[in-house]
Amino acid sequence: MFFEQLLFFIAGIAALGGAFGVVTLRNQFYSVLSLIAHLLGLAVLFLLLTAEFLAAAQVVVYAGAVMVLYLFVVAYIGGADEPLRPESGLLRVLGPVVALVLFLELSIAVLGSSLNGLGSRGPDVGPGFGSPAQIGELLLNRFLLPFEAASFLLLVAAVGAVVMARKRRGLEEPEAAAVTLGDPMAGKPGIGARGEGKAY
Amino acid sequence: MNVEWFVVLSAMIFAIGAAGVLTRRSPLVILLCLELMLNAGNLALIAFSRMWGNGDGQVFALIVMVVAACEVVIGLGIIVAMYRRRLKIDVDSVSELRG
Repeated sequence: MFFEQLLFFIAGIAALGGAFGVVTLRNQFYSVLSLIAHLLGLAVLFLLLTAEFLAAAQVVVYAGAVMVLYLFVVAYIGGADEPLRPESGLLRVLGPVVALVLFLELSIAVLGSSLNGLGSRGPDVGPGFGSPAQIGELLLNRFLLPFEAASFLLLVAAVGAVVMARKRRGLEEPEAAAVTLGDPMAGKPGIGARGEGKAY
Repeated sequence: MNVEWFVVLSAMIFAIGAAGVLTRRSPLVILLCLELMLNAGNLALIAFSRMWGNGDGQVFALIVMVVAACEVVIGLGIIVAMYRRRLKIDVDSVSELRG
């Protein structure tokens, strides 16, 4: 029991600290790394709630794959160039205030609700609760339609990403295309997006 | 640990993510803050799933993770397209569609 509480506070502080880091750090690269710390803390919290499969998926899929995609894009667009000038004044003050009010409202809504289960640890569940077997059974029996919809959504997203991120010759600005044609270096094959930028 | 602790922690993470979406201007960091908010939702779903001793909430959380992955892919695709078109990577400067 004591160990469980200790683990909850350590993981909770890691998750909160990671979240603060994402919002406050200037360098986007550090923001992504901070989100990885947040996700790992969250995975420990999932384990405390006996969601083993989701904890594993969180670490492997999120912290492993999605965050690597983020890191690639940060490296591609050049990372730390968020300007240091103060962001539009009103929102900078209003943002944290809105967040605080939102948190207070959510807490009041949760703690003021008359759900009896909130003050308990939940019923005793068997060792199979949250295991891949149970999740898989639920996905293929009760939630078959959402499961198929999710797979279709992933397909659409993959196709959409390819369509959006590919090079489009026809959609460039007319004068930019003209400059590109006039510059003998820019049109050569093998010169990527960075090379084309010099034509401007 | 009582379930309410987890739910209040999830409310905190959600509020931090909302503050990030409101204050940051880089679309990449805004996507990261959206991830924070989705993860807060996931934590609440799993906490409630534990509260009822029922696995449905965990399936919801899994679907939310799928949706988050799709959102990341599309968002990063837009950011890469912005970079290719030499636009400034700043949500305030991409306002052509503003009414």
